[in-house]
Amino acid sequence: MRAGTDPPGDPVALGRAEVAHVAKLARLALTEDELDRFTGQLATVLAHGADVAALDLEGVAPTAHPLPVHNVVRPDEPRPGLDRAEVLAAAPDVEDHRFRVPRIGGDAP
Amino acid sequence: MTGGPGGTGPALAVAHAVRTGERSARQVVEEALTAIVDGDGSIGAFVTVTGEEALAAADAVDASVVSGADPGVLAGVPVALKDNLCTHGIRTTCSSRILEHWRPPYDATVVGRLRAAGAVVVGKTNMDEFAMGSSTENSAFGPTRNPRDPGRVPGGSSGGSAAAVAAGFVPLALGSDTGGSIRQPAALCGVVGMKPTYGGISRYGLVAFASSLDQIGPLATTVADAALLYEAIGGHDPCDSTSLAEPPRPVTRALAEHGVEGLRVAVVRELVDGVDADVVRRVDEAAGALEAAGAKMLDEISIPELRYGLSAYYLLAPAEASSNLARYDGVGYGLRVEGPDVTAMNTATRTAGFGDEVKRRIMLGTYALSAGYYDAFYGKAQRVRTLVIEAFSRAYAQVDVLLGATSPTTAFALGAKVDDPLAMYLSDVCTVPSNLAGHPAISVPFGVGDDGLPVGVQVLANARGEAEMFRVAAAIEAAAPAAGS
Amino acid sequence: MSAPPSTTDGPVDWETVIGLEVHCELQTETKLFCGCKNAFGDEPNTNICPVCLGLPGSLPVLNERAVELAMRIGTALHCDVVPSSFARKNYFYPDMPKDYQISQYDEPINIGGWLELPDGTRVGVTRAHLEEDTGKTTHLGEGGRMHSAEHSLVDYNRSGVPLVETVSEPDMRSAPEARAYAAELRGILVATGASDGRMEEGSMRVDANVSVRPREAAEFGTRCEIKNLNSLRSLSRAIEYEASRQIALIEAGEQVLQETRHWDEGAGRTRTMRSKEEAYDYRYFPEPDLVPVVPGEGLRARVAAAIGPLPAERRAALVGLLGPNPTEAQIDQVHAVVDQALDPLVLAATGRGVSAPLALARGANEVAAHVEAGRALEPGAFADLLAMEEAGQLSATQSKAVLAELLAEGGGDPAAIAAARGFEALDAGSLAAVVGEVVAANPAEWARYVGGDDEDRKKLGGFFTGQVMKATRGKADGKAVAAELARLRR
Repeated sequence: MRAGTDPPGDPVALGRAEVAHVAKLARLALTEDELDRFTGQLATVLAHGADVAALDLEGVAPTAHPLPVHNVVRPDEPRPGLDRAEVLAAAPDVEDHRFRVPRIGGDAP
Repeated sequence: MTGGPGGTGPALAVAHAVRTGERSARQVVEEALTAIVDGDGSIGAFVTVTGEEALAAADAVDASVVSGADPGVLAGVPVALKDNLCTHGIRTTCSSRILEHWRPPYDATVVGRLRAAGAVVVGKTNMDEFAMGSSTENSAFGPTRNPRDPGRVPGGSSGGSAAAVAAGFVPLALGSDTGGSIRQPAALCGVVGMKPTYGGISRYGLVAFASSLDQIGPLATTVADAALLYEAIGGHDPCDSTSLAEPPRPVTRALAEHGVEGLRVAVVRELVDGVDADVVRRVDEAAGALEAAGAKMLDEISIPELRYGLSAYYLLAPAEASSNLARYDGVGYGLRVEGPDVTAMNTATRTAGFGDEVKRRIMLGTYALSAGYYDAFYGKAQRVRTLVIEAFSRAYAQVDVLLGATSPTTAFALGAKVDDPLAMYLSDVCTVPSNLAGHPAISVPFGVGDDGLPVGVQVLANARGEAEMFRVAAAIEAAAPAAGS
Repeated sequence: MSAPPSTTDGPVDWETVIGLEVHCELQTETKLFCGCKNAFGDEPNTNICPVCLGLPGSLPVLNERAVELAMRIGTALHCDVVPSSFARKNYFYPDMPKDYQISQYDEPINIGGWLELPDGTRVGVTRAHLEEDTGKTTHLGEGGRMHSAEHSLVDYNRSGVPLVETVSEPDMRSAPEARAYAAELRGILVATGASDGRMEEGSMRVDANVSVRPREAAEFGTRCEIKNLNSLRSLSRAIEYEASRQIALIEAGEQVLQETRHWDEGAGRTRTMRSKEEAYDYRYFPEPDLVPVVPGEGLRARVAAAIGPLPAERRAALVGLLGPNPTEAQIDQVHAVVDQALDPLVLAATGRGVSAPLALARGANEVAAHVEAGRALEPGAFADLLAMEEAGQLSATQSKAVLAELLAEGGGDPAAIAAARGFEALDAGSLAAVVGEVVAANPAEWARYVGGDDEDRKKLGGFFTGQVMKATRGKADGKAVAAELARLRR
């Protein structure tokens, strides 16, 4: 998918900085203690996967779906949806029949 | 017993009794609810018991019997559902704080099919949070205990469903299996647990963990009951683009018409290597029993590619999970922890709402997909997947089904592996290959280990090979050592 | 890296490089992955279901008509229509319920095409792929601007609406060229029936990628993406502003930062958007819940047949009816008519023998002001009306009035409407009588008209025509009056 992108450094050497970065991408806040603990645990898991990382699989096609199925479509016909009241009743905060959220910091990336 | 009239089971017996009017569904369901109230305190299989709804459903079944209408093949049978299956208006928590109070506005397809078949849902069962785990210790609401030994785990992530069946609360339960989450708890609790061919049962309404690996499947006390449930809920669903186009394999008929004569069977070395010796003994005994029943037992075969399956799984599954769980952001439903802006609110919500294992896998998955690392991780894992599929394909040119252990050990102690994620992940080594390949597999209880705890033997088949798989499973069940030996 | 200034002594000859990304909403009944209605303007959160709300357990199922319309677009743009698959584009934003968007990444449905501008230039089209739209957020507090808003409200009616994103090669070199591309693309989207192409309503959204470089430079300069362009005019202005901004920066020795910028229509400038990440990590991977799309021969044939002649061909057909020397105004009218897919009306009229200039004028002026109604208008009624006008049975004013009513009512019988309104042109005798009366009542003006020069005749001709119109309450036909005045003058 990303032809010719070099990973910055050994991909299996997952350190604190990388964990902090992915935590932020995933909207998770970690304490310093958790950052240490998770980094250790994740590094161990990845190291176990080093055998896979070392394989040369150039000629092998990736599998996205286990069984080969194509062309699953549906007709362009309306189907009944959900009751707005029921859906909004489950929402944390509602205003004017819409989902209310706090200030959005910036435009969509 | 195999090659005969299909086998028996408590679910089949209940359905028969209710359909013929011998028993009322209400009575059956009341018994189940009483058993749960009396016994679940020390096991913790259930997150939610739906007593009122169940009694109302039972009454409806009885009414249709009286009116002469067909009440369905599962008429009156009490069923427990893993708490990641959406049930309209009934809490569906995935054993997570982030969905602790969420009531879906719709039913999963399988839930609708269960109801149409006359089954009565009596409650939602405990699980590892968002199906991530192998012990049900990752639940936000406390662990479930193994009914065979309360100091032990029931396995996971469908531990609550397996325990509910093993404890005798319900004859049938549904779980989900992404890397072994039905089969492994079934083995540890001493019940039958089966994962269908990928696409064999609709995933619409199953809260997604890893979409290309997840499947819903039955847990039961007998192979015949598992087959009954599989047929009742399987088959094409227009709401699931990945569901197979065809109806479920006619396994009940296969069980009635055939034994295992002539079926070619082999043990897979990689599914007994590194497995506890007492468990391997049971696999060998099962193999012997199959041979005695007329199967053609071949030499042990080796499928070396399976060794890479676990690592590939622990890259693919968390990657898909990291994306599937992004939606839990406090915006539209579920837990919200407020913040000064949306990003802060998302972060506070997810930090408070997710447990450690979920956070670990989300981070691992995000890393595996991130820029610069995709080819080394996710991309590689997808290619390993191809290797596993091709290797199985070569094997199935020579055999009809494969045998192995389901779990490398019997049930371990509560707390034993909870601080060692890698040790926990290694529990999945025998089950993960079938998820990677999209193949069906089933765990059948076969005696106990040296510690007296249940052992499960695993039968694997090629894609769409449920008929052969169930036939072999039934033969193994028929030869299983009596309880306690 | 921005291109270094030229090393020659003279001023740099700057070249602007533009690529356009156009998102258009497809005109399907239902959304891309679920059966909720694809409708604009409904009450908030009334077209929702587990799928477009991204509820736990929901799964997408592809709309076959969206695939067909996407193929029409690709075919019309001379793309290769190829087997394709879907991918997840992962990022957090409240208008996206799943916090990922289902789009196409590695394997889009249409690749490698081109679009021909009216002047014959070809602009390359890299790809045109399917993806789902997001919900809509309204920002409240402090003037409704997002950055100062206290909170926001989200409506998911639009979430899951099908979009096709068309990405051009960076082949354009000026704002007018970019504008022509966008206009032509819009015409194609409308012509294929894929979209209604309304920029102002948001069913067609254009983002411009703009960079500058010295004309002979081999490499491209650093580009900025400009968003929030709500009209072709904004597109034009924004590109020109941005090019100047970048040139000024580079000439001042500074670097152009690669970023996304927001066009501020009121201030007439682009502004930086606050996101600090230069290239967001979307972590694309194949969508596991959807299977690949492999268009078969039958579908391809159906798509090819459904497209019909494209705007360029249709413009040529109308221009051909204008004779050897069409005026620029007439060419503009041809563009307006085809752009808005009103040519069936014009062709129906010319087919009936109505002159092309009249048919075009009515189509481009009166009808184009009510495009929806115009497209729904029965061509036969339009043709009948113009035939009556050309035959002198109705004056121009009367004809326009009847046309307005036909458009408002969505059809009708022009003769009946004219009769109901008491319209009929004056016969030659009555007209001559009225003109005679007006001339007699204004002897001084008549003297000047007869004896004056061209200027006088034009001015006074208008005066007399106005008087005749007043006297006949608009029933007189302007041309007939002019002919009568000319006859009297002799």
